[in-house]
Amino acid sequence: MKSSVLTPSAVPPRAAAAQRMAEGFLRLSARGLSELSRRSLWSLSGQELLAAQAYFKKEGRDPTWAEMETVAQYWSEHCRHKTFNSPIAYSDNGRTRRIKSLFAETVAKATRDLKKPWCLSTFKDNAGIVSFGKSGKWALALKAETHNHPCALEPYGGAATGLGGVVRDVLAAGLGAKPVLATDVFCFGRPDDRGPLPEGALPPLRGLLSAVAGVGDYGNRLGIPLAGGGLWFEDGYRLTPLVFAGCAGILPRWAAGKKALPGDLIVAAGGRTGKDGIHGATFSSAELNGSAHAALQIGHAINEKKLLDALLRARDEKLYRFVTDCGAGGFSCAVTELAQAAGGARVDMEKAPLKTGDLEPWEIWLSESQERMVLAVPPSSLRALEKVFAAASCETAVLGEITRGGRITVEHGGARVADLSLDFLENGLPLAERKAVWKTPKAAKAAKPSFKSGAGTRCADILARALAHPNVCSRESVVRRYDYEVQAGTVIKPLQGVKHDGPGDACVIWPRAAVGESEGFSGFALAHGLNPSYGKIDPYWMAMACVDEALRNLVCVGADISQTALLDNFCWGSPDNPEILGSLVRAALGCYDAAKGFEAPFVSGKDSLFNEAKGASGKNVAVPGTLLITAAAPVRDVRKSVTMDVKAPGNPLYLLGWTSADLAGSLCAEILGVEGAGLPRVEPAAALKGFRAVLAAMDKGLVLSAHDLSEGGLAVAAAEMAFSGEFGLRLDLDAIACKGVIYSPEFLLFSESPSRILLEVPADREAEFVRATKSAPALRCVGRTIANPVLKVKGLDGLSVMEEPISALKAGWQKTLSEALA
Amino acid sequence: MKAPRILILRAPGVNCDVETAAALKFVGGAPEPATMADVRAGRVRVLDYAMAVFPGGFSYGDDLGAGKVLAVQIRGYLNDLRHFVRQKRPVLGVCNGFQALVKAGLLPFGSGDPSAGFAANDSGRFEARWVHLRLNTQSPSLFFRGLPEMIELPVAHGEGKLVLKSPRQLEDLKKNHSIAMQYVSDDGKLAGYPANPNGSVFNIAALSNPEGNCLGLMPHPERFTDIHHHPNWTRQTFFKHCAGLEIFRNAVDYCRS
Repeated sequence: MKSSVLTPSAVPPRAAAAQRMAEGFLRLSARGLSELSRRSLWSLSGQELLAAQAYFKKEGRDPTWAEMETVAQYWSEHCRHKTFNSPIAYSDNGRTRRIKSLFAETVAKATRDLKKPWCLSTFKDNAGIVSFGKSGKWALALKAETHNHPCALEPYGGAATGLGGVVRDVLAAGLGAKPVLATDVFCFGRPDDRGPLPEGALPPLRGLLSAVAGVGDYGNRLGIPLAGGGLWFEDGYRLTPLVFAGCAGILPRWAAGKKALPGDLIVAAGGRTGKDGIHGATFSSAELNGSAHAALQIGHAINEKKLLDALLRARDEKLYRFVTDCGAGGFSCAVTELAQAAGGARVDMEKAPLKTGDLEPWEIWLSESQERMVLAVPPSSLRALEKVFAAASCETAVLGEITRGGRITVEHGGARVADLSLDFLENGLPLAERKAVWKTPKAAKAAKPSFKSGAGTRCADILARALAHPNVCSRESVVRRYDYEVQAGTVIKPLQGVKHDGPGDACVIWPRAAVGESEGFSGFALAHGLNPSYGKIDPYWMAMACVDEALRNLVCVGADISQTALLDNFCWGSPDNPEILGSLVRAALGCYDAAKGFEAPFVSGKDSLFNEAKGASGKNVAVPGTLLITAAAPVRDVRKSVTMDVKAPGNPLYLLGWTSADLAGSLCAEILGVEGAGLPRVEPAAALKGFRAVLAAMDKGLVLSAHDLSEGGLAVAAAEMAFSGEFGLRLDLDAIACKGVIYSPEFLLFSESPSRILLEVPADREAEFVRATKSAPALRCVGRTIANPVLKVKGLDGLSVMEEPISALKAGWQKTLSEALA
Repeated sequence: MKAPRILILRAPGVNCDVETAAALKFVGGAPEPATMADVRAGRVRVLDYAMAVFPGGFSYGDDLGAGKVLAVQIRGYLNDLRHFVRQKRPVLGVCNGFQALVKAGLLPFGSGDPSAGFAANDSGRFEARWVHLRLNTQSPSLFFRGLPEMIELPVAHGEGKLVLKSPRQLEDLKKNHSIAMQYVSDDGKLAGYPANPNGSVFNIAALSNPEGNCLGLMPHPERFTDIHHHPNWTRQTFFKHCAGLEIFRNAVDYCRS
């Protein structure tokens, strides 16, 4: 492979090409500018183009292509989150108010309001950083990303490089964190969907298999345990799948900040720069008719592993002062970011090591080739740094230096490629006011569905269908394709129970290999919350429910939720559509209230908008507004962690939380094809009280197993606990703490009321448990574990509602995905 | 007594080195990581160490087959290793390291002739799971002292199906007690998938040289060095053995004696 790669010096100078100007740019009319932007795939608005034109008028010259590309990249939605930072006129059921910046007034405001001292760095770095462990010497970097657009085109490579990207984000958090956990969440069309698709769209199952293989092949090679994540199937994703990747890393606390100084050398490290991942590889109009595949990056996991090894070594030897990764926009964004942080930069693209010799200077500047990072290195440390990287067989090249000029200057062998004012790039972006409209949909006001009473067999039938549902069924056939315990720190694994196949609520990582013995048994747990079905009815309550779900998952394994850090990932359609933007605003408002209510600040996040594709009718179809909440919290002593499988017969079962008739957006409503009423409404203060009481009991060893109630409610949770622990359960519906009067067993068994957890308590310490949890608002004994391997439910009338063998329940639960993926 | 120096040999893509070194440290060893590049440049000599370990991972990306490039490097640049083995110093290859030792001809017989190899798992995919293993009670392996006949360890690999050149080879392996571990069901019987996670011939999970000082195994002992590594630790309050840790302890104790 090496022989086909040219060394930098072998690249012929292309001074002429470097200087190519967008001639006549200054004279173009607004229409002409828009036409040029469309042809060049800049995705800049008319207002933004005029701002750029005005800037270059002031400079007194036409821009070079590379400069316009830089502006387009740096001002892109992806880099600047324009939607979240622009003023919005938001109309809520007719009442209009002005939001100055959605980000500052919701997600970031919660963090600012909560002022948690353990938040070391929020939103400003490549990942959020919080403190970790008891000695105060360590910190945890957290990040979750999306890679939706590449995955729609090429799921294998897209999912792989998505993971690679988020791992680099963690590597570039502060001065670099050692990745100790990776996660992935996929939203795809139903695996059994064989329906017709427009040209270019992949069948959902094919896409899913490729994405799983991509994450597995890349993640396994990196040696980072992939122990968290989720799958969600629904028709809304059949054209536009969503692929999320997350990563958590450990770093010494001293490495949480970074500062480059003038005179520091700008060093590129890692993989070489190639033609892969150049969005603008479309300057000639002939290529515009081609596919967008040139914009896809090609990943190489071992290059990233080498980079990871070398970087952490160099960090510990304190050989650099700043690091950032080359993600979207490649060098153009990474170097500009570095320049912004330091006051200016000058780089020479001729110095960058290339994969092939035929790259134009602007292509080198913009290429999104993977596995590259940019460092600011004091000149005195350069030799030592080069030695560390060479020892890991990882290439480095000095591209230029940090300057004081307030400009970013890009050259190629003496010819100027770009020379831009940093102030213009940072502050020149005009933000137009957008319109957002929210109208409470009818479904949120629909009447309660009525169930015929005495439908005993029906409950069993609903349960069987719920367990076999793609959004509930066993994920084992996916999870096992990932190495979830490399690094020997996964003490609570994604698969639990007697046969190691039960569905865990959260994973617990004990990063002993990363922090050594100093932290004893300190670990952390990570969990997710996601439910687009609720969002279709009301994104506000979806956001609340997602945060609640993530937190109760953390509670189930025994994490200290008083120090929960949240990550948000918003995936919506085009914000140019006021209704879509309205729903996004609504979700962001929910995030704020949830974070405030649960006292859990957001530390980092990302939005991915424009998730739309042309449907069969030729009209654009947007994905359902999807919010992924990732939550991480410390586990003070991993030896006290709890799993979800029941442990022994004869133990009382306690249900935490109120049950209401919440069937809107529920799995049960979907199975029965009814429009349920009553979206789960989270009350954070009450929920938190209950969670804290349970955690106090866990700390005393008074909880043997715990499982969260989510899709499919009590029935699904009870079944999963039973068949994972291989003991039966007896539930008495009359004992459930209800809000309002509920007569139907279906409501009691399948309601998705939030903040509920089912707990197994040791029989001989029940009184102690009851004392320890006195402060919990609704905690009732609702049944018992039994030796007979059946799930027995007694109805309100004292008669049996169902009695199902757990082996049959498990078989149905295990079949769906393993058959689809076989 | 001075902790024995243990060489942890890395190559780009090896990723289980940190926890392997940690395990060796717990039992009193002095692990020293070094790269194949160090070996090639003559900066590291294997004969300076009491023990050598080849940890798991994806050396050189496994692009030409699992452990293949590393095996070629061992053959080309680590000639001393054969001598090292003959001197009865312990050598351990885990997962990718095992694959490399076999492809380099150091296991099962150390003749230099690779008589065994690895193919893709029968399931056709990478798989991570805990397996039940039966140790060969007649194995001369120095790594197994004090271990019960049945142990549990996790596997995580995509290319772990051991294959042999000919059926006669299996007889040779049996005769020499080279089959160190076999995949079994929870009641100790030879069984098919998933008890045998990859379809290895005769359920072979580990091979030892006839002298017992060179062991290669697909399961990961470094991932079971604490009871909290076991997937069912929340169900049982007490395990007699962290099998993985004992394997390392035996090796380090042997180095000391």
